Amino acid sequence: MVEFALPKNSKISGGKTWPKPAGATETREFRVYRWNPDDGKTPSVDTYYVDTHDCGPMVLDGLIWIKNHIDPSLTFRRSCREGVCGSCAMNIDGQNTLACTRSMHDVKDGAVKINPLPHQPVVKDLVPDLTNFYAQYASVEPWLKTTSPTPQKEWKQSHEDREKLDGLYECILCACCSTSCPSYWWNSERYLGPAALLQANRWVSDSRDEATGERLDYLEDPFRLYRCHTIMNCAKACPKGLNPAEAIAELKLKLVERQI
Amino acid sequence: MSFDESHGAPKGSSMRTPLGRVRNLGAAHSGTSDFWRQRLTGVALTLLMIPALVIIMMLLGPNQVRAAQILSSLPVAVILLLFIFACTWHMKIGMQVVIEDYVHNEKLKLVSVMLNNFFTIAVALASTYAILKLSSGV
Repeated sequence: MVEFALPKNSKISGGKTWPKPAGATETREFRVYRWNPDDGKTPSVDTYYVDTHDCGPMVLDGLIWIKNHIDPSLTFRRSCREGVCGSCAMNIDGQNTLACTRSMHDVKDGAVKINPLPHQPVVKDLVPDLTNFYAQYASVEPWLKTTSPTPQKEWKQSHEDREKLDGLYECILCACCSTSCPSYWWNSERYLGPAALLQANRWVSDSRDEATGERLDYLEDPFRLYRCHTIMNCAKACPKGLNPAEAIAELKLKLVERQI
Repeated sequence: MSFDESHGAPKGSSMRTPLGRVRNLGAAHSGTSDFWRQRLTGVALTLLMIPALVIIMMLLGPNQVRAAQILSSLPVAVILLLFIFACTWHMKIGMQVVIEDYVHNEKLKLVSVMLNNFFTIAVALASTYAILKLSSGV
């Protein structure tokens, strides 16, 4: 059956409260999920105080400040720090989002609570294991597939057809959507999830692609596609403002269309 | 890092590659029919809901003779039969979705899906029989 409680080894115990930085006039409380695979302990939530006058305004700035000034062992992914790479996706104040584009001032009610993306195995602290997520992306074969002879220059596409890819190509694969989806939580081994399906629709919708039917064949499955129950958490979570639920609905429509 | 090494790891992970695990047994090439039928019966139920409710309200007070009289009208019997047909089909698909979502033990899932089918057929046949019996005055 579906597990509604955390496994024993994932139960959160009390964490360490680090002292407030000396000389800081204004601080912000951060409560951060910690888990180390090497110490044999269950996860905990550590409390830190960030000197807001000494760091940038984003949650990621706060985490980097903690790592640099308080606790170098704090582990998280980050790279571009401007919402392009998707590395710093995490659950901030109950919402999956990018730490680099979420201002700590937008988090109301006291402490900034940070957890790794939900329902994924944890590698360490805020780093989830996204192996399955990336494999699901690879499984939709996200590249142009053609059988016609390759043209001398490029594969041509009209402006109208190019516009059909808007709202699809911008996905940065941060996994915020898939890991916010209850259907994905319950069936992540078999349901491809919003991110992979949005990408699948990106290639199904591409006028230059010649494998549309094959792509739809791959998706036509009660679990791969039809686990989506239009819960819409994906659209709410997407930090790029995309709507994976709509992309999935378009896929379903195309499958119905080819039958009727 | 494999799933096994992570603290939230599913038990019994094999040494299959992640892509192999995702592709697994391949696509079932089904699901669209159920998806379409669920929408079809959903729309049908929206249209049939009010007439069916009106008929049911009419049947609430009177005795069996009067009920048989009401049901002997062809439109009434047809509306109720269509309602039962759409309702049970919708119920069967909906319940199967719930089972597939939440029951992960393959054997238990199989038995649950089977029982769901049996239950649906039993409810549909019993209701149809009752309507036909009353409407034909047998």
